[in-house]
Amino acid sequence: MKLLKYRHFAGFALVGALALAGCGTDETTAGGSTAAPPGGDINCAEGQLRASGSSAQANAMSAWTKAYQQACQGTTINYQSVGSGAGREQFLGGQTDFAGSDAALDEEEAAQANSERCDGANAINLPMVTGPIAIAYNLPGVDELVLDAQTIAGIFSNKIKTWNDPAIAKLNPDANLPNQQIQAFHRSDESGTTENFTAYLGAAAGNAWTYEVADTWSAPGGQAAKGSEGVSSAVQQNEGAISYMEYSYAKNLGLGTPKIDTGASEPVELTPETAAKTVETAEFVGEGNDLKLEIDYATQQEGAYPIVLVTYEIVCESNNAPDKVELLKSFLGYTVSEQGQQELDKIGYAPLSEEVAQKVRQSVDAIA
Amino acid sequence: MSVAPAPPKAPPHGSAPFGLHHRRLPRWAVPAVVVAAVAVAVALRGTGLLSGTAQLVLVAALLSAVGVVTVSATVEGGRHARNRLATALVGTAFLLALLPLLSVLWEVVANGIEKMTPYFFTRSMLNVGPLDDAGGLYHAMVGTLEQVGLATLIAVPIGLLTAIYLAEYGGGPLARAVTFFVDVMTGIPSIVAGLFVLSAWILTLGMNFSGFAGALALTILMLPIVVRSAEEMLRLVPNALREASLALGVPRWRTILKVVLPTSFAGIITGVMLAVARVAGETAPLLLVVFGFDAINFNPFQGEQSALPLMIYQENAKGLEFSFERAWGTALALILLIMALNLGARIIAYFYAPKNR
Amino acid sequence: MSRARPDTKTTSPLRSGSSTGAGDRVFRGLSRGAGIALLGIMAAIAAFLLIRGLSAIQGDSANFLTEQRWAPKDDPPTFGIAAIAFGTVLSSLIAMALAVPVAVGVALFISHYAPRRIAIPLGYVIDLLAAVPSVVYGLWGIRFLVPRLEPLHQWLGAHLGFIPLFEKSAAGSRTMLTAGVVLAIMILPIIAAVSREVFLQVPRDHEEAALALGATRWEMIRAAVLPFGRPGVISAAMLGLGRALGETVAVAMVLSPRNVISLHILNPEGNTIAANIANSFGEADDFARDALIASGLVLFVITLIVNASARLIVARRREFAGAAI
Repeated sequence: MKLLKYRHFAGFALVGALALAGCGTDETTAGGSTAAPPGGDINCAEGQLRASGSSAQANAMSAWTKAYQQACQGTTINYQSVGSGAGREQFLGGQTDFAGSDAALDEEEAAQANSERCDGANAINLPMVTGPIAIAYNLPGVDELVLDAQTIAGIFSNKIKTWNDPAIAKLNPDANLPNQQIQAFHRSDESGTTENFTAYLGAAAGNAWTYEVADTWSAPGGQAAKGSEGVSSAVQQNEGAISYMEYSYAKNLGLGTPKIDTGASEPVELTPETAAKTVETAEFVGEGNDLKLEIDYATQQEGAYPIVLVTYEIVCESNNAPDKVELLKSFLGYTVSEQGQQELDKIGYAPLSEEVAQKVRQSVDAIA
Repeated sequence: MSVAPAPPKAPPHGSAPFGLHHRRLPRWAVPAVVVAAVAVAVALRGTGLLSGTAQLVLVAALLSAVGVVTVSATVEGGRHARNRLATALVGTAFLLALLPLLSVLWEVVANGIEKMTPYFFTRSMLNVGPLDDAGGLYHAMVGTLEQVGLATLIAVPIGLLTAIYLAEYGGGPLARAVTFFVDVMTGIPSIVAGLFVLSAWILTLGMNFSGFAGALALTILMLPIVVRSAEEMLRLVPNALREASLALGVPRWRTILKVVLPTSFAGIITGVMLAVARVAGETAPLLLVVFGFDAINFNPFQGEQSALPLMIYQENAKGLEFSFERAWGTALALILLIMALNLGARIIAYFYAPKNR
Repeated sequence: MSRARPDTKTTSPLRSGSSTGAGDRVFRGLSRGAGIALLGIMAAIAAFLLIRGLSAIQGDSANFLTEQRWAPKDDPPTFGIAAIAFGTVLSSLIAMALAVPVAVGVALFISHYAPRRIAIPLGYVIDLLAAVPSVVYGLWGIRFLVPRLEPLHQWLGAHLGFIPLFEKSAAGSRTMLTAGVVLAIMILPIIAAVSREVFLQVPRDHEEAALALGATRWEMIRAAVLPFGRPGVISAAMLGLGRALGETVAVAMVLSPRNVISLHILNPEGNTIAANIANSFGEADDFARDALIASGLVLFVITLIVNASARLIVARRREFAGAAI
């Protein structure tokens, strides 16, 4: 009796599975109208790659894997956005072939990579995606807004509480600022976006920002929401709200982004070009093929948007598994190619400057 | 049971059995009070004291309850007034519960209905770019069915046997230890179950990410729910049934299989379905040990897989126009799947449960 | 052959006795084995958690039990569970206070008030709602409920603000109260489903006896249904509480966390253990992950205390239930 009952259960599952098994397919884009033309900058290699990490570059990866897999049938590259820290852990544990990360490996991790993961070789950080961080606000009737670092620091540390505060009014003499409470939202989860945003405030706001530069939020006041999608929808829902997020999220929801007064002759608008300009001024602090970058957030260069996030791919410089190394070089070679970087523009990222890209290409070529 | 007289559900009006004076409210009294209460509430809104439908409903419900109880107390006396009050409270509780729950369902259906197309159910997410309005949940559906199926296959026999041990044989120190640890297990945060499988199965034993690893994590989460609910249901089986069976010379194990289990079968199925429903919606452990995959992988023992809750979580986090639609569509599909499983289990329970109740 | 038959006949009672003994031994052994297997799994998990968690606590520069901050990646690492453990208990208490009475009402409505024809589909709807994944409740909470609870927050803060619990000093409705409401809605179907099943098991004789004595429906429920169902309801509530305590995604999505001990449930502050794990996990390094496991260990202990007290209550009230022991 009892067994019979379970047999029915199993039968249900089995019938369902069989019914399903017949009709599914991986062919999602009929005709491949949006497919990248085969060839071009893609030199196909065969095999499978597994990678994980930063959610900030997830959409870039999704565009790249699509183009690559369509050009090279049968190759699969599985990138999952699990967070930078988890991505680095999985890479160091040998479960993934490369990691996507908002921060370069720290010393301890680099040592662990050298001794365990890469069999005596170094793990290298390759800057691959520039993600501008947008300040997005929701204030009907105010289409143009200019802010500077001190004001942003005041808003996000609960010192500037209303939209018609003199500090904001001074920067926007022509705007019709309402007497409305500012609702500042920050990320509730740990995030590379928070780290880069607070790094900007720490470098550019001077005494106005006395809080930690870290991936968790530490300033008083404000409300928190989880993930970029959380803060962006919070801004969309609440009049008078402001937050920081990856540019693509602000762009997708059509949120307003202020110009930043950096001290240059004109306030800088956020565009892929202005963000790329800041990355251009960044300094390489890694050794050899390691291309760890240090960004000058306090830059006053004309037309350089200062709040940017550079995300890396982390790979072993050599001693990669023999069946993976060709595919690794081929795929990363594509992502840093001109064609690969051009994909980024459409989805809210900024391409790497030619100078940086050139160096990354050399490092990718050296992977073994 | 069959010879028991019909329960005196509603004593006839006006009749006074055994000479007791029994005054009841006429049938129209309750609806009349409710209508009056609604009218007062609407009037109150007219004066601007109330705003919003929720407040209106709340005030109307409150007024009707007070009204019915007062009328009942004056006409019928305290006992019946209390009865009316209880009825009003139970009814209100039901309405109160139904509103948010229906709102959840409505949101999911309204946002996800557009995606209920054959295309969405038969495609994977392979090669779907950030700006594409394409892709489906087939790969995730395969993953969820296999992972939850495997977890159920492992957890239900172990859990049910453990429950039988506790309810039918238990009493010793072992039973107390098991009870204690089942209680402990209900407190495992799902992500910790995932961490355990990750470090024991994948890191220590050197296995790879797979659907089976996910099933193991889900098993850990299912077991305590199955044990506790099944034990509770077994304990509810009247001892008289067991004693009757044993007195007929039926051995204990056959008594359990033929008398105790069938009697409590419907309840056990409910418990199992709750367990399945709970784990089918788990995201965190799967993220750690199944990894996620955009393409179809039928083999739960080798290679990464996806799962429906994982897909909901990821599509929502992508924050793209079309990814939100896919997230809602997947949520609706997951609910439909669980509903189908639930229905299947109900049908089984209906056919196998004893029909004497 | 011909001799064998009477032989069998005479020994048959004995034989059948011994074979049922064997069957019983096998079945008992099987069920015992399942219990032992479960103990084994638990022991493994407990050992794993203890080793990882304790090593993290040793590296903590603050007192793990009294520190409110959670910063395991600082140098030196500073983290403690005071605030998040408090928040876990607080949010679950709010959820239980809201959900249990309503759930019992729903269960009674379905089992004893609604006409049978309506009751069965209603029961089905409730079961179905128990199946809605928590990420969906999270989505609904943040998109639908949070904006709609804003007026309630303001009203409570303005009119009941003199009670410390309802003091409101910061804007926003991503609060402990909202998290508690979402949790209550999540666990309501579970509690209602199990309670209903228990109420339906009440022996009809008891109910009919009460009615025959002239009891009203409510008196019958108080005299026959509730005492019989109490252990089951408590057990159901514990199932719900277990889910509320450990709920991760929905709370992480709805609550605006700040690691402080605060009874101000209308302010966007407070945090829970599970939500803290969800928020910190993606960016955690090896040590921070162990620290999160240590916090998971605390969640364990909390659940254990709750469950143990529930067991005690249930054990005292078991006089109506019918099983062995």
